[in-house]
Amino acid sequence: MQFEYKIKGGDFSEAGTISSKLKKILKQLNIDNKIIKKVVIALYEAEVNVIAHAYNGKVNIDIDTEKIEINIKDKGPGIENIAKAMEKGFSTATSKVREMGFGAGMGLPNIKKNSDKLDIKSKVSEGTNLKIITFLNK
Amino acid sequence: MKIKDIADILNAEIVCGFNEINREANYCFASDLMSDVLTIDKDNLLLITGLSNLQTIRTAEMSDIFAIIFARNKEITEEMKKLAEDNNMVLLKCKYSMFKTSGILYKNGINPVY
Ligand SMILES: Nc1ncnc2c1ncn2[C@@H]1O[C@H](COP(=O)(O)OP(=O)(O)OP(=O)(O)O)[C@@H](O)[C@H]1O
Ligand SMILES: [Mg+2]
Repeated sequence: MQFEYKIKGGDFSEAGTISSKLKKILKQLNIDNKIIKKVVIALYEAEVNVIAHAYNGKVNIDIDTEKIEINIKDKGPGIENIAKAMEKGFSTATSKVREMGFGAGMGLPNIKKNSDKLDIKSKVSEGTNLKIITFLNK
Repeated sequence: MKIKDIADILNAEIVCGFNEINREANYCFASDLMSDVLTIDKDNLLLITGLSNLQTIRTAEMSDIFAIIFARNKEITEEMKKLAEDNNMVLLKCKYSMFKTSGILYKNGINPVY
């Protein structure tokens, strides 16, 4: 099963609409609640990151019997030092993002915690690509 | 403790989610930082917050938080209410501060997350 969605950068009112759709799809597929929560939290954090830090993005979701694979690809400033961005507390979020209740530098570590495999690729002034894999039978 | 009893002891207004007020809340977390809320994995979790926007409701939706208490009578917009209703969530509006709200619930046996 494959789905594709678009994300508009800067538009906080839309943050979470894709995770919300995925949550409903996974519920219908009768996937275990613990797995659903992991997957939607990871995707929500990634959605918020595109909105907070990039210009626009695309989400591709691929569900098969073994795993859920999510690719989030954005056009944006990219991440200069991925290891540093992965550290808890590192954030370049603007005050606007902080007013929304985000920008504590906790998102990427939380995506890592809530995924079985996380792969981040980024090019400065081009964009960032996250691949999040969650296995269904573990 | 049942949500309707929590609303009682806090003198809180139940804004929406009347079908869920008999559900039990075991744990409670108080924060305005949604980044932090998203790291918690507890069932039957209740959130006390002073941050009133659509992302508060979205965060609760993803975190399986089924009830939110807005301290200091923070305004709840129609859009927030609609999203909460779509997700069978209870929204409570309470005039007490986050400190007092937390204190009352802690004294009445609701468990802290940390
Ligand atoms: N898609 C992205 N494009 C560009 N930079 C990013 C992207 N995602 C993350 N970053 C960079 O990595 C930093 C850390 O990201 P992380 O999600 O951990 O924290 P945050 O988004 O700043 O705050 P929080 O997630 O707690 O709301 C960000 O502040 C930003 O500098
Ligand atoms: Mg983030």
